[in-house]
Amino acid sequence: MNIVQIAWRNIISNPLNLLMSIILFGLGVGLISFLMLFNTQLKDKFDKNLAEIDLVVGAKGSPLQMILCNMYHIDNPTGNISIKNAAPLLNDAHPLIKKSIPLSLGDNFKTYRIVGTNHDIVDLYKGKLKEGTLWKNDFEVTIGKTVADATGLGLGDKFVSAHGFVEDDMAHDEHSFTVKGILDASGSVMDQLIFTNTETIWLVHEHNEKTDTKDINPAESISQHVKNESHQHDNSNKDLLHHTDQEITSVLIQYKNKTNFQALNFGRNINENTEMQAASPAIEINRLYSMMGVGTDALRILAILIAVVSALSIFISLFKSMRERKYELALLRVMGAGMLKVFALIIIEGLILAGIGFVIGSLMSHIGMEVIAKYLKADFRYSFTGWSWIREEWFILIVSLLLGFIASFIPAFQAAKTDINKTLSER
Amino acid sequence: MISTEQLKYNYPGGPSLVFPDFRCESKDVILILGTSGVGKTTLLHLLGGILTTQQGSVNIGGTEINTLSGADLDKFRGKNIGIVFQQNHFVNALTVIENVMLAQSLAGNKTDRNKALALLNRLNIGNKANKGIRDLSQGEKQRVAIARAIINQPKLILADEPTSALDDINCDEVLLLLEEQAKQAGSALIIVTHDTRLKDKIEHRIILQ
Repeated sequence: MNIVQIAWRNIISNPLNLLMSIILFGLGVGLISFLMLFNTQLKDKFDKNLAEIDLVVGAKGSPLQMILCNMYHIDNPTGNISIKNAAPLLNDAHPLIKKSIPLSLGDNFKTYRIVGTNHDIVDLYKGKLKEGTLWKNDFEVTIGKTVADATGLGLGDKFVSAHGFVEDDMAHDEHSFTVKGILDASGSVMDQLIFTNTETIWLVHEHNEKTDTKDINPAESISQHVKNESHQHDNSNKDLLHHTDQEITSVLIQYKNKTNFQALNFGRNINENTEMQAASPAIEINRLYSMMGVGTDALRILAILIAVVSALSIFISLFKSMRERKYELALLRVMGAGMLKVFALIIIEGLILAGIGFVIGSLMSHIGMEVIAKYLKADFRYSFTGWSWIREEWFILIVSLLLGFIASFIPAFQAAKTDINKTLSER
Repeated sequence: MISTEQLKYNYPGGPSLVFPDFRCESKDVILILGTSGVGKTTLLHLLGGILTTQQGSVNIGGTEINTLSGADLDKFRGKNIGIVFQQNHFVNALTVIENVMLAQSLAGNKTDRNKALALLNRLNIGNKANKGIRDLSQGEKQRVAIARAIINQPKLILADEPTSALDDINCDEVLLLLEEQAKQAGSALIIVTHDTRLKDKIEHRIILQ
């Protein structure tokens, strides 16, 4: 019978107290740990997808929406921009721009977005081919790992797209895409995209508009138009410049030199002098963080409050049980336990309560995270997981035990210095 | 085994209590009788090292207990003194036998389940060994308390009103058990009580006034 055993037996001999203490404590710990888990993973996702993109240029509208749509593929596009307007950005000879990547959105396959773009995007997200090749000709696609896993698409498979970003039955069944390659998992948004060339998106939509408007004049057909062009498509920006009457959704831009004075003004110039809108991902995402920050701060304060209340409840329950066990504790002293042992007994009880509370809270937060991950996956196709551990959890454990120690300190001190003569004389 | 010398105690603002000197050898029994308020419990606590002596000395097995303090005193008490109270308290979260073994472990001895069980059997409560303390009757509790007091074969057993809460039959039985077990363990036994039923049953009496 050592004191740890006695402490444990004391705790389980009062299951109601135990339950209340650990549920409260678990709730506080769970909430804090959940917020940390969620924030860490969210930041991780956002940061990975920043991919050193300095500027996004798209149609005027909400800059945050534009960023979310074109970099994170969560929101809908703000609209389209014409190649004519975007032409300067797509010019390889632009003095400020190192890399510019056109994006054309508009279709999906089983909610996975089909993005018309050039091969630079793969380098941008540091993607690697797992098998097959990158897209080359019209209606050839290279798909991200998540897409391949979730849809079961493999090399050579054909599929038809659906219009917009939600699954619908109005599929563009006139055209079928062919999977030419599959990318390795990169942990970035790339995993859940289907890449093709820009022309393919135009072709799909030209056809779509035509059937929608019942316009059957073949001379207006872009497919015709594209076919009539004498040049070969090579997925380059130069190629796009031949189609000044066409539209794209946005351009992702990497500067040659981020600190260049002109580069700093570049976005503002676009906003003031063109029909397009430019936004810096870093600024918009920080804006998003600070907006979410209010919510998470409020939740964090609530969590800390719960943790403090739970520590208080441990304190009260230990204090109460210490009072009730006054004779028991005096008796331990009579039987040879020193003051230190009695002190340690109560402290250990506090630590055990806090420890169990921590374990329960951690379990709740990880299970909660896993549940939320399922929803997030369904809604945004972003993958979160409840089964990853972060270093901050050690910190939570230490703080939990510290709280347990503080909560049990006064009762333990009282118990240790109790005058056994007086206690035993009371009848 | 135990002897006292010029023992006095003064509660702040209270009367000064003066206790007669006495000795009690191993296997001997002393009955200390007195009405309420004459300092019976004070004397018992002085003898048990629960209360620090102000004047005079208590010698147990050659150790002046007022030379000990803190953890040393607690250790000494655990090893050498077994105490039985009128209303016995136990660690309620533990079973009967665990409470007895707790006394072994707190005294710094090895816990010995067989020894504890044998003792409980000797006291006729072996069948309650794995029961909770709350399931016991008053008489049974008193037996567990006796078992706990003598498991370490202490030099001295102090019994504070061991029979006051018991009826006549249980009173006789508990007294008999105390005497028997103290003899077997080779301990000196001091019973402090106002229970006059014990008066004629023990030869060696000290009456406090």
